[in-house]
Amino acid sequence: MLSRHADSLYWLARYVERAENTARLIEAATRLSATPIAGEAGRNEWEMAVAGTGTLDLFHRDHEEANRRTVVDYLAFSAGNPSSIRACLDVARANARSVRTALTMDMWETINSGWMDTRGVNSPNLTRQELSDFLSRVKELSLRFDGSAYRTMLRNDAYYFLRLGTFIERADFTARVLALKADVLDPNRPSAGGSFDYFQWSWILRSLSALTSYHWVYRDNLKPNLVAEFLILKAEMPRSLVACYEKVTLNLDSLSRDYGRQGASQRKARMILGQLQDTTLPGLFAIGLARFLEQFLRDNANLGGLIAEQYLG
Amino acid sequence: MPAFDEMHGFGQGIRAAYRTIQAWLDGSDPDNLKRLQKEAEFLFRRIGITFAVYGDAEAEERIIPFDIVPRVLTGGEWATLSKGLTQRVTALNRFLADVYGAGEIVRAGVVPADLVYRNPAFRPEMVGLKLPHDVYVQIAGIDVVRTNDKDFYVLEDNARTPSGVSYMLENRDVQMRLFPDLFAETRIQPVDNYPDELLGALRSLAPASAPSEPTVVLMTPGPLNSAYYEHSFLADKLGVELVEGRDLYVLDEVVYMRTTRGPKRVDVIYRRIDDDFLDPLVFRPDSVLGIPGLIAAYRAGNVTLANAVGTGVADDKAIYTYMPEIVRFYLGEEPILKNVPTWRCREPDSLSYVLDHLPELVVKEVQGSGGYGMLVGPKSTKEEIEAFRARLVADPDGFIAQPTLALSTAPTFAGDGIAPRHVDLRPFVLTGADKVRIVPGGLTRVALKEGSLVVNSSQGGGTKDTWIIEEPAEAVASQSQSQSQTGGEPC
Repeated sequence: MLSRHADSLYWLARYVERAENTARLIEAATRLSATPIAGEAGRNEWEMAVAGTGTLDLFHRDHEEANRRTVVDYLAFSAGNPSSIRACLDVARANARSVRTALTMDMWETINSGWMDTRGVNSPNLTRQELSDFLSRVKELSLRFDGSAYRTMLRNDAYYFLRLGTFIERADFTARVLALKADVLDPNRPSAGGSFDYFQWSWILRSLSALTSYHWVYRDNLKPNLVAEFLILKAEMPRSLVACYEKVTLNLDSLSRDYGRQGASQRKARMILGQLQDTTLPGLFAIGLARFLEQFLRDNANLGGLIAEQYLG
Repeated sequence: MPAFDEMHGFGQGIRAAYRTIQAWLDGSDPDNLKRLQKEAEFLFRRIGITFAVYGDAEAEERIIPFDIVPRVLTGGEWATLSKGLTQRVTALNRFLADVYGAGEIVRAGVVPADLVYRNPAFRPEMVGLKLPHDVYVQIAGIDVVRTNDKDFYVLEDNARTPSGVSYMLENRDVQMRLFPDLFAETRIQPVDNYPDELLGALRSLAPASAPSEPTVVLMTPGPLNSAYYEHSFLADKLGVELVEGRDLYVLDEVVYMRTTRGPKRVDVIYRRIDDDFLDPLVFRPDSVLGIPGLIAAYRAGNVTLANAVGTGVADDKAIYTYMPEIVRFYLGEEPILKNVPTWRCREPDSLSYVLDHLPELVVKEVQGSGGYGMLVGPKSTKEEIEAFRARLVADPDGFIAQPTLALSTAPTFAGDGIAPRHVDLRPFVLTGADKVRIVPGGLTRVALKEGSLVVNSSQGGGTKDTWIIEEPAEAVASQSQSQSQTGGEPC
């Protein structure tokens, strides 16, 4: 296929995934802002939501205070934020249009009608209900997109490039959310005290829609080391780093099999996956969670660069 | 005199072609039709069948209104029409091969030399170049209108990059989705083999140096182009890559595309981009849409362009007026399709006639298209006419004039009920190595405003599904009668 089309597919998937992730961040913040925890200075779930997208500096260039109004505007609608949901959906649709021949009708209709449905919504002064409807529609778009890709696309290079975009973006998001709170997940650090810790752990899990599944897997209260294990090392958790990298490796291997040739991106992906599979929970904390995640984010970004070099140039 | 109506003729009752439509409309509740009209619009928008209007940022993507009442022609009418179209496009190709070759028609004094060689669409780069099977116009869109039950007139030959065929195909699809019963009752000739016919024609004209399975691509200026939807739609149906200039490059006079598997040779380019933008080394140097070196590869015979470069010299409005002579000159036949009588304003006698009769005439720019820059005399104010008169006097060579034709009307859903609206028809004519192929039908455009004669989509026109029906209902009835006369029990 055309290199440019592969590039469009890869970024289409990344932007759809990013829109969904941002929607989940806003939902988590909305939810937590309704949870009273008395006497905790310095807690700001809205600021955390912005930090989850890794763009706090950009946010503070235009906004003094992080509150519901400013953050919802910035994360959902702002034209000044290249990763706002609105911007993600615009870019996703533009990519979809430019690569329409590689999409199935179901996928195109999902993107196009989702884009049209959410297009009119743009005020930061939405009621809670309106905001919640908007976020549901964004998540629905992403789920339908994922589902229609899975159910209707031919299993060929177009599919593999699309999937690579999804899983690399997903891994990036999981690692970023964890890295933000790496300190509160360290079991060796002195506890800041019950309810505030709990608040932060549950924020992590909610942002990755992993709270319910955590309970199913561990049948236990939230424990920081288990939260880290769940989101990094548990293959059955589809947003964990190891699960994402199983998929990244699988899709890169499929590409190299189809093309009869492998390169730097395949080797790099297998190396990252190998490290994730070989790491144990004590090992993770021995290295230091923050350091481990930092390295992972760098590796993940490098892999994106290698894929671009090998196929998308 | 009222215009000829495709359903009612000149008021002599329902014409045979429209009996099914009549029965359907009589049996339909207007509210239900209204609902279905809305549903059709929703379908078009959801599928993303849109076009962009230049200079209109608000409505960046619009849909062309679709009218739910089909336009119907009989098989007999179509037979005449398609013979005429074949004749006309064959003559266009012969003309192009001639003016870029020996120039016999000019030497014979049939067409004036300056109209050909000083024509802005004439491309000296094409002189002396031999194309596969001498085909220049692989895809033509010929705009046809009728004024009575016999005569078809050609309004315009589109020999550059005619668009609209995606609407022909999508309109049929939507019509079938909304009104499946109609299709059960009538035998309508299918149009969905168009992509196969097109691909066949393109492949048959691949350069001699191409492999036996030539690689065809469709080249678009990109998503901002007004016809981008059509480009992606066609590429999809053809099963070929939709490329932009930046996806292609030329090395040693061979064209390649950049793919995830590395470079791949390209043999045929169905280009939906104007000559001017094809190759910055030869045409507009500021074009970023084109491919440097493409024309060198073309001249070396290593790639086929569809349509060929320089076909515009055959379809401008000045050459149009000579089409009957062009048909006679090359084919030795009388033209089957008529030309609209036309005054060439470059000729002094014609100019003075035109200036005296502006309120009755349609005056068009020789180089114009899309319904822009024209005067429709009967629909214009005195001020508009006088303003146009000044333009005409300043540059008579740039204009032609025609009488306002009483274009036929067809029943159309107009808000609350059915009303007659003026229509034209653009059939798509494909020329391959062996012959001319025309899918039965085309794009019917309809002027949705009451009384309007302008059908262009950029000016408020809509489209209809176009049916060529097999004839006639009587034959079927008599056959079933004779069967029952045999009297035997079914076995």
